[in-house]
Amino acid sequence: MPRGVVGVPLGWGAGGLVLLAAAVLFGVSAGAASLSASDIVLHLLSLLPLDVESPLTERQAALLVELRLPRVVMGAVVGALLATAGAAYQGVFRNPLADPYLLGAAAGAGLGATAVIVFGAQISDEPRALVPVAAFAGALAGVAAAYLLGTTAGGGGTAALVLAGVAVSSFLSAVQTFVQQMGTDQLQRIYAWLLGGLGRGGWDDVRLIAPYAVTGMLVLLVCGHLLDMLALGDDKAVSLGLDPAVVRITVISAASLATAAAVSVSGLIGFVGIVVPHIVRRLVGSSYRAVLPVTMIVGAAFLVAVDIVARTVAAPAELPIGVVTAFLGAPFFVLILRTTRHRSV
Amino acid sequence: MRIAHRLPAVLLGATLALTACGGQGEEPEPAESAEPGTDTAAATCAPPAADPDRPGVGDGTFPVTLTDATGEVTLEAAPERIVSLSPSHTEMLFAIGAGDLVEAADEYSNHPPEAPTTDLSGFTPSVEAVTEYDPDLVVMSDSTAEVAEQLGEVDIPTLVLPAAATLEDTYAQIRLLGDATGHSEDADAEATRVETEFAEVVEEVCAEAGDSGLSFYQELDETPFAATSETFVGQVYSSFGLVNIADAADDGTAGGYPQLSQEYIVEENPDLIFLSYGDEAAVGAVAERPAFDTVTAVQNDAVYLLDADIASRWGPRVVDFARLVGDAVLENADK
Repeated sequence: MPRGVVGVPLGWGAGGLVLLAAAVLFGVSAGAASLSASDIVLHLLSLLPLDVESPLTERQAALLVELRLPRVVMGAVVGALLATAGAAYQGVFRNPLADPYLLGAAAGAGLGATAVIVFGAQISDEPRALVPVAAFAGALAGVAAAYLLGTTAGGGGTAALVLAGVAVSSFLSAVQTFVQQMGTDQLQRIYAWLLGGLGRGGWDDVRLIAPYAVTGMLVLLVCGHLLDMLALGDDKAVSLGLDPAVVRITVISAASLATAAAVSVSGLIGFVGIVVPHIVRRLVGSSYRAVLPVTMIVGAAFLVAVDIVARTVAAPAELPIGVVTAFLGAPFFVLILRTTRHRSV
Repeated sequence: MRIAHRLPAVLLGATLALTACGGQGEEPEPAESAEPGTDTAAATCAPPAADPDRPGVGDGTFPVTLTDATGEVTLEAAPERIVSLSPSHTEMLFAIGAGDLVEAADEYSNHPPEAPTTDLSGFTPSVEAVTEYDPDLVVMSDSTAEVAEQLGEVDIPTLVLPAAATLEDTYAQIRLLGDATGHSEDADAEATRVETEFAEVVEEVCAEAGDSGLSFYQELDETPFAATSETFVGQVYSSFGLVNIADAADDGTAGGYPQLSQEYIVEENPDLIFLSYGDEAAVGAVAERPAFDTVTAVQNDAVYLLDADIASRWGPRVVDFARLVGDAVLENADK
């Protein structure tokens, strides 16, 4: 198979893009409101300087451009972020079950968001706008705490980091539950956020996370070949002139930044960071130079597709997207379990 | 994800009941896809008809046996130390002249101002904390009925009165609390007053606005959950002949409180939006939502902030609630 610039098997990359395009097309035509696919295409063409008349009313057009499109874009961005971060964590920890939530990012974000929802009215007139910011700060703080704990108390090995992550996550979850109990009248909002969703902020949210998303993603894509060297073992990496600790910190930071960006606008959406990289590794092999970019594309397509399910199954109500990913993700774990058992025999 | 796995569905119901938005809120389940645009016909503008089998009041003497949600409760003597764990019932007790018997009320019982608000939780009542007040009667809504059993074990009579589903339920609960406190006549008069004034408000609006056919929905929180015509608040709106866009979103599985999607709201294009949460900032936030600038209610400045307490309780202040809704209808009837 021919390889492209960054070592992506071109076939899989192109296949992923086709998948993403299809998901996006279905994504903009699915939803509570009934817009036909042909009308949508005609409307989008009418936005270009062509001689096309839009068949949509002003309200339908606003619905499409202000609600649907940003939601699909948000799904693609969040899916790409979570999946790529998951693949990167799995590379750093050399553990196929490592995921974006392993290092306390999710628990930190949950605590940050909950704290703002409960106490926000006392700090600002616009507490809603603070939720993503607080989630972001919480996620980064959670990862920093786990990393410090793992390197100082635990000596810095991957096992120590994972344990530190579990400890920090448990502690932050406990604090979060405690804060939640202080704001019983806000439970509904807290849970809505914790269950994850994409249909909240339109283009504003997309703009909000774009810089963090692009930064995190670019760093991870560049780090693919470093992860490949790490996979050979630390001694080998050192002999190739690489400082494993620096690579780890860089990749963990970038992956945590990506996770925090995703979590801050869409709440907690689990399993994407495990399911997608796993499928991609099956397809393209274990080289991270190939896995990371393909994971990014497939992750985007995956979450857009999951969101279509979340929007249509219970229309006109919406299922929280985190529920749908959990629904798909849990059986997937069983599959991973079975295949690992066969391999270890 | 660990957090999200621990979500008991019951919490939604508990939250709604806690904010007194309703007793039977359930996690919305997958619904049959309701065709957007299938408008239910507008109700006629008229006050609800009285139930011919309406229970009367007793003679206000003791012992008295009353029937609540859990069965029969016998009170041997007139209670003197009542603990009310539900804001609606606190309001009723004060309205029927039994306010001086209320020893303690839960943390959300903030009306009338002289109500003895404590830090007691109606949401997660502590039997021990309640018994501290040495009550001879406890009144609560049905969100925490198991607590009534525990109170029964320590011989404290407890009335469990579920969130009202109709105005009739409100009148019945007012009269029942009258019998429970020896204020039967006052309660009868109060229930009649609420009913008469409610009807007056509705008739006045109907005379002026006619069958306006305005569509609306009431948003209970920003996620946004809404209330259908099957709920207590829904009945208040139906009296004015309004079309509730939430009705088509509940196939019976959402318990009257479906969660709407933003797209659905934009497409249904309500003439009026009522918020029963938040403050002026919440009203501004609705207009700021993507694509909401095309919604009639936003274009006409017809997003109304209701007093969350008035719009979520089923007590005597339902008349005030009706006035708020009526004013909104009058403002928009000829637009």
